[in-house]
Amino acid sequence: MRTDRLKLVASLTRPVLALVAAFALTTLALLSTGVSPLEAYRLVLFGAFSTPVRLSDMIMLAAPLLLCAVGLSITFAGGLYNLGVEGQMIAGAIAAMVPLRLWPDWPPLLLWLLSGLSGATGGVVWALLIGALRQYANVSEIFAGLGMNFLASGLALYMVLGPWRRQTSASLSGTDLLPRDLWLPTIDRLRLAPAAPLIALLALAVVWWALTKTRWGLEVRAVGLNPAAAGRLGVAAARRMAETLAACGALAGIAGMLQVVAVHHALIPNISSGIGLLGLLVALLARADPRWLLPIAVAFASFTVGSIQLPLTLGIDSAIAGVLQGALVLFALVARARVR
Amino acid sequence: MHIAVEHLTKRFGSVCANDRLTVSFAAGQIHGVLGENGAGKSTLMKLLSGYIQPDEGRIVFNDMPRRLRGPGDALAAGVGMVQQEPLDIPAFTVLENLLCAAPPGIFRSRRAAQTALLELAGRLGFPVDPAARLDQLTIGQRQQVEIMRLLLCGAQVLILDEPTTGITAAQARALFAALRQIAAEGRTVLFVSHKLEEVAELCHTVTVLRNGQVVPPGQLPMPQPQEYLLVLMFGESGAAPPIYRPLPAIDAPPVWELRNITVRSGALHLVELNHRFPAGRIIGLAGLDGSGQQVLLRLLAGQQAPDRGQVLVNGRDLTGAGALAFRQAGVEYLPADRLHDGMIGALSLADHFALLQRDGLLVDRRRAEELARQAIADYQIKATPVTPIASLSGGNQQRAMLALIPPTACGILAEQPTRGLDVASARAIWSRLQARRDDGCCIIFSSPDLDEIMEYSDEVIVCFAGRIGPPIPRALLSASRLAELIGGVGFDALVNVAR
Repeated sequence: MRTDRLKLVASLTRPVLALVAAFALTTLALLSTGVSPLEAYRLVLFGAFSTPVRLSDMIMLAAPLLLCAVGLSITFAGGLYNLGVEGQMIAGAIAAMVPLRLWPDWPPLLLWLLSGLSGATGGVVWALLIGALRQYANVSEIFAGLGMNFLASGLALYMVLGPWRRQTSASLSGTDLLPRDLWLPTIDRLRLAPAAPLIALLALAVVWWALTKTRWGLEVRAVGLNPAAAGRLGVAAARRMAETLAACGALAGIAGMLQVVAVHHALIPNISSGIGLLGLLVALLARADPRWLLPIAVAFASFTVGSIQLPLTLGIDSAIAGVLQGALVLFALVARARVR
Repeated sequence: MHIAVEHLTKRFGSVCANDRLTVSFAAGQIHGVLGENGAGKSTLMKLLSGYIQPDEGRIVFNDMPRRLRGPGDALAAGVGMVQQEPLDIPAFTVLENLLCAAPPGIFRSRRAAQTALLELAGRLGFPVDPAARLDQLTIGQRQQVEIMRLLLCGAQVLILDEPTTGITAAQARALFAALRQIAAEGRTVLFVSHKLEEVAELCHTVTVLRNGQVVPPGQLPMPQPQEYLLVLMFGESGAAPPIYRPLPAIDAPPVWELRNITVRSGALHLVELNHRFPAGRIIGLAGLDGSGQQVLLRLLAGQQAPDRGQVLVNGRDLTGAGALAFRQAGVEYLPADRLHDGMIGALSLADHFALLQRDGLLVDRRRAEELARQAIADYQIKATPVTPIASLSGGNQQRAMLALIPPTACGILAEQPTRGLDVASARAIWSRLQARRDDGCCIIFSSPDLDEIMEYSDEVIVCFAGRIGPPIPRALLSASRLAELIGGVGFDALVNVAR
């Protein structure tokens, strides 16, 4: 009995210690700038919930973030480090623009569907290129992914300045805005498009189900743990790995499509805004358990949105949200390593 | 150096691998350590050499209590361990490997290290080329390099964990001579083994472990009657060995057929392989390490495609079709390294049965657990359906791997099926394999242990320097003749007669 209770306490102390350490490090960073840490924390932690507009911004950030993190939890299960998620999101955004620009007069519902399909396809193609490099050229998916990210950024920039440049003059701020009726419908006076969080939640549910309940999910996990042994037991290991990459690419591509039709209403060079890599942090933090993906994605999105007010109210840079997010992941990983 | 442990305890989860263990080993002698799988031998040796740390109790070197924080600590204190699998850096040369982890101040220069190495090699009778890369050496040669590295780094106590597994008979003889020399120079040797004959031949004392304790308490002087040691190791129920029974000739169609195969793998070049492997036979592959047995097994498992020629499974041409197609045709491959490419350590037996389910979108958990429970009962596996495979002992892992062979399998390829298992576990494995043979499977296995080949094969195929001999019926073969053939004596004549 006593040891059981001790174990419980021990299992709780580590996450709490990690949390304390992360905030201690962030506080140090805040103190060095000379602002009141309490005031800064008030904004970072609760700023996103202060007005309906900020709340809707937070949700519109959390949706693509959750999509990427969910996708990454599939590749993690398959034992792959898909650092190319950022590029897959950009490729998805570019591909999602294609039907919107080709047939702007078609019914919006059909166009959104086509755009989502096209975006997912773009992400899948980008992801499978990584898979092919890994499978046939023996390039680690980490380096292949980073390379493909550069390629996607370059392509987006080229499209914005080249074929899809503004009619008035080419501008780094993006393509012409989409016609109003192609924007994903939003709630009155807010920037919240309810479809986006719904799609993300649906993806979370489907992926959780697929990874824990289906034979495919079991095979993916087996491949992630030991590809050689899984292959000996009759699992098509290389194929499963490619499928996890494709699944992650599809979700990242849809995240990119949402950035286009629900957030920016245009293709901009920085369409992914680092959401893919932030999703990597979310997935790392939640790795052991996909049920944590939603709360962590929401927390990270609210840190980012909350910190936007920092430069105006306190005169410090909003990057402090990144410090907090990074420190949380770092200390969580340290705590987890100590448990092992 | 005299070493002792007092009330040493090490737990892994709920398992007590070493249970208040007290024993001491005198200097200048070779001490045998016996015990079945899971008795706690490896745990004790890893504690003594700093790879793991005890939960309770003391380790005492020359009357000085020591706390060992790692293998480097232990080596600085004078204890070095040769692992079952060589723990070296394969891309380094022998000399680089010696220099890279040497404590500072031991060698003044590369040249001094080389001189010291060659001098020691001469004294121990190990032929060694300081410039050879380790990945080009055999397991036995790498073991010799490791022994010399530890001695040159100041080891006064040398621990060897199952050192004769995977090395040739000649290498084992050289090893024994060297160990006697090392003990004669005043050092302490701990020799961990399953093999009673080796312990009887080599050791001055013996310590028997059972369930993490020394039975009876303290060391025993050698020699001891073999039956007594068996009883100490396994308890009273030491099973009798199975009786060899010749099989009637079978005119069954071959499970595998090789036609004019040419295949190159590393330094080996196998040419003009024409073989038929009939159903209902156990075929042993004998030969020195790396003589072509592995290539042949990989070829038959579909893991390696031939450069020329055809591989047929049950009459179907599967040349170059890949391991998955071979598996679907009924070929099952059991690798020597169970957790490396045999099973998934973090998953349970039930998970593995679920993985084998071939249809349906969802995992049928209940059915998988039912099959796992059945397998646990049938194969006497010490586990529950949801225990992770990695936490089972070697013998139980091997039984689990056998239990996972689908009933439709017609050909089983087993690489060292009883590697690292104690006598009782090995017998249990073999009775299972023999049952599969009687059901009409063709079983091909490789083993460095000639006794195992002689005891269980219906036919023996000798591999020598990349050449695959014709199958010889076991009844026509004697142990001494087999040993000669493995060394190449009379091998040409055998092949010519077969032609």
